[in-house]
Amino acid sequence: MSNSPSRTIPIVPVEEVDEVGLYEIRRKIYPRAVSGIFARWRVFFVVATQLVFYGAPWLMWNGRQAVLFDLGERKFYILGLVFWPQDVVYLSVLLILSALSLFLFTAIAGRVWCGFACPQTVYTEIFLWIERKIEGDRLARIRLDAESVNAKKLAKKGSKHAAWIVLSLWTGITFVGYFTPIRELLLAIPGRLGAWEIFWVLFYGFATYGNAGWMREQVCKYMCPYARFQSVMFDKDTLIIAYDEARGEPRGARSRKADPRAAGLGDCINCGICVQVCPTGIDIRQGLQYECIGCAACVDGCDQVMDKMGYPRGLIRYASQNSLAQAWSRSTMWRRVLRPRTLLYAALLMAIALAAGISLALKNPLKVDVIRDRGALAREARPGVVENIYRAQIMNTSETPQSFRLRVEGLPGIAVAGVEQPIDVGPAATRLVPFRIEVPMEAGAPGSHRIELIVESAGATPLQRRERSTFILPRP
Amino acid sequence: MNTFTSPFWSIWVIVIVVASIFGCAWLLWSTGRIKVKSKGPAADGAVSVTGHVWDDDLEEYNNPLPKWWSNLFWITIVFSIVYLALYPGLGSFPGFLGWSSTGAYQQERANFDARLAPLYARYAAMDIEVIARDPAARQTGERLFLTYCSQCHGSDAGGARGFPNLRDGDWLYGGTPETIVQSITKGRMGVMPALGAALGPEGVRDVAAYVRSLSGLAHDNLRSQLGKPLFMQNCAACHGADGKGNQAMGAPKLTDQVWLYGSSESAIAEGIIKGRNIDAIAGTNAMPAFGEQLTPAQIRVTAAYLWGLSNPAVAAK
Repeated sequence: MSNSPSRTIPIVPVEEVDEVGLYEIRRKIYPRAVSGIFARWRVFFVVATQLVFYGAPWLMWNGRQAVLFDLGERKFYILGLVFWPQDVVYLSVLLILSALSLFLFTAIAGRVWCGFACPQTVYTEIFLWIERKIEGDRLARIRLDAESVNAKKLAKKGSKHAAWIVLSLWTGITFVGYFTPIRELLLAIPGRLGAWEIFWVLFYGFATYGNAGWMREQVCKYMCPYARFQSVMFDKDTLIIAYDEARGEPRGARSRKADPRAAGLGDCINCGICVQVCPTGIDIRQGLQYECIGCAACVDGCDQVMDKMGYPRGLIRYASQNSLAQAWSRSTMWRRVLRPRTLLYAALLMAIALAAGISLALKNPLKVDVIRDRGALAREARPGVVENIYRAQIMNTSETPQSFRLRVEGLPGIAVAGVEQPIDVGPAATRLVPFRIEVPMEAGAPGSHRIELIVESAGATPLQRRERSTFILPRP
Repeated sequence: MNTFTSPFWSIWVIVIVVASIFGCAWLLWSTGRIKVKSKGPAADGAVSVTGHVWDDDLEEYNNPLPKWWSNLFWITIVFSIVYLALYPGLGSFPGFLGWSSTGAYQQERANFDARLAPLYARYAAMDIEVIARDPAARQTGERLFLTYCSQCHGSDAGGARGFPNLRDGDWLYGGTPETIVQSITKGRMGVMPALGAALGPEGVRDVAAYVRSLSGLAHDNLRSQLGKPLFMQNCAACHGADGKGNQAMGAPKLTDQVWLYGSSESAIAEGIIKGRNIDAIAGTNAMPAFGEQLTPAQIRVTAAYLWGLSNPAVAAK
């Protein structure tokens, strides 16, 4: 722009060639508050997800924290379940389920995750709410930022940042509370906090403060990969936040009493509310853009304006590109939700969820690893009897003490020796047991033989685990 | 410590690192100054192009990177300079902090030893027979054994061919707590010399028969009688005239049923012809000394575990 002293802004944009850089300075966005059905849904999701996030570490289960990821002990407690590093497959399953859910929801209704449940949106909403309570709505905030530094501005900005920082620190403490029991963590805050706990509280708190307070839409536009691959997850039947161009154009201001058709106008009064409420600062009337996080704030904003004008709602609404192009009715559009893509995603999702559920229900809390000593192939225990040496790692992943017996099958006369039975293993503990297996010399041909080790408990719910190994008979 | 073979490589690395850092800085600085034409008024969703044109009409859009992103690059440049000043990375320059991975390892070990010291402190002065009666100490000893000893002596301490069984109550060098501690701390290198040339093929078979007769194994009577004088002449110095061995030098007792390399006539003959452990001096097949790796208290706990294995009645008390 020109640097003329009079700050005149040309009303009619002239076709001019501007010079721009390869880097752009962020234009701060002041989203205007909006109310409506989607805003209420967002509040619901913000409250629901944060009740879970802030509340879960406080729940107790069997005298321990119900959700605790104990990295030091490598044990991961979720309600009644205890996961060990060996159970990492469930983490993969969880990630696959999350990915498939994302595909499914995105194929049906676009970036609903981004708009309603993503932590970036959720914390930005919370931070915006605080900002609004202290500094006021959009116009008040723009005016405040334009003011030169004064006591009132400092007080407002200071209290806003103080509130943000308190919330961020609490978020950091809650996050670390999933890894260090949160009650102990709080008691340790006066001076007895470990270095890593301090680091992670501050780091997570800083990330919350920075992302929700300062970065906001920049995270969605430049850091998150989702925006960049939304085009492969959308198709023409995906419900997106769409502006009904056929109905809205040509846009223009008019009196409430005027008949737009007579004036040759569409339903869009060009009030700009849809742009003002947008948290990423785009104009949805330009069509689908990668910046759109699908929050539907413009839908709520426009509906309010349509109500005031006495026009039907839905100039901006959830609609598929097909339904707009072919002027489909709502029911025709919704029928297209069931299409091969979504059916396939849903079927896969249900199949994997079912398999994971069954696997969790049948999960054996006894795990056994058997390792044959490599130092010696075989030894003569006494004349006519050969022994091999093994180590068994017996893992009791249940939260009750267990007592196990060890036996072996696979060769005539085979027997376990050199171990005191039964073997007691404490709750959620591991025991390494060296033992011998004895076999009469004439039990088989010289060489390697398959044997099967059976570890079993005689508890109320009998646990059993069979583990394969080999036994070597030497040449006589 | 300079790990480069010649000073050239250090300079080579320094030149590459410094040139890369300045290259990155120059790239950031110069691209920050480029201005490109934007077509049409920005409010109309107009695009700007970099001025790069291919194939007559393909133009490269300008999708500006946010300024804060390029500032992150500047931060990484500052970070790299600070890092290279403090830590090793610039050729053989050790950095002002003097940090090294060897130093970090030693520091970590010292910290770990300091943490373990109080756990072992009470065993340092305790009698080994008393330690052997402490279940917690026996567990610690078992873990030490499984970590340091089981590779040769087996997870059950039952040994293997050439590696003594530590649970049978038979000891090459004696089974008192003090000798076990001595064996672990200093190692053992018992050597059986090769006598094949001195005895001749027939002599070897005769001596082997006599050795088998000492422990009551089946043997050729005639050869055994011929072997006795040969044994007295060649073997008795170490194994004793009665074949009871000599724990002072680790010469095995030949009158029991414990055979380190097997009791068959061929195994015994092989030992006589080729000797056993004659490479022990060179370090193969010897019991290594653990005095450097383990603390005296750890050795005492391990010795107590082993002593308990061969004296279960005492240890169980």
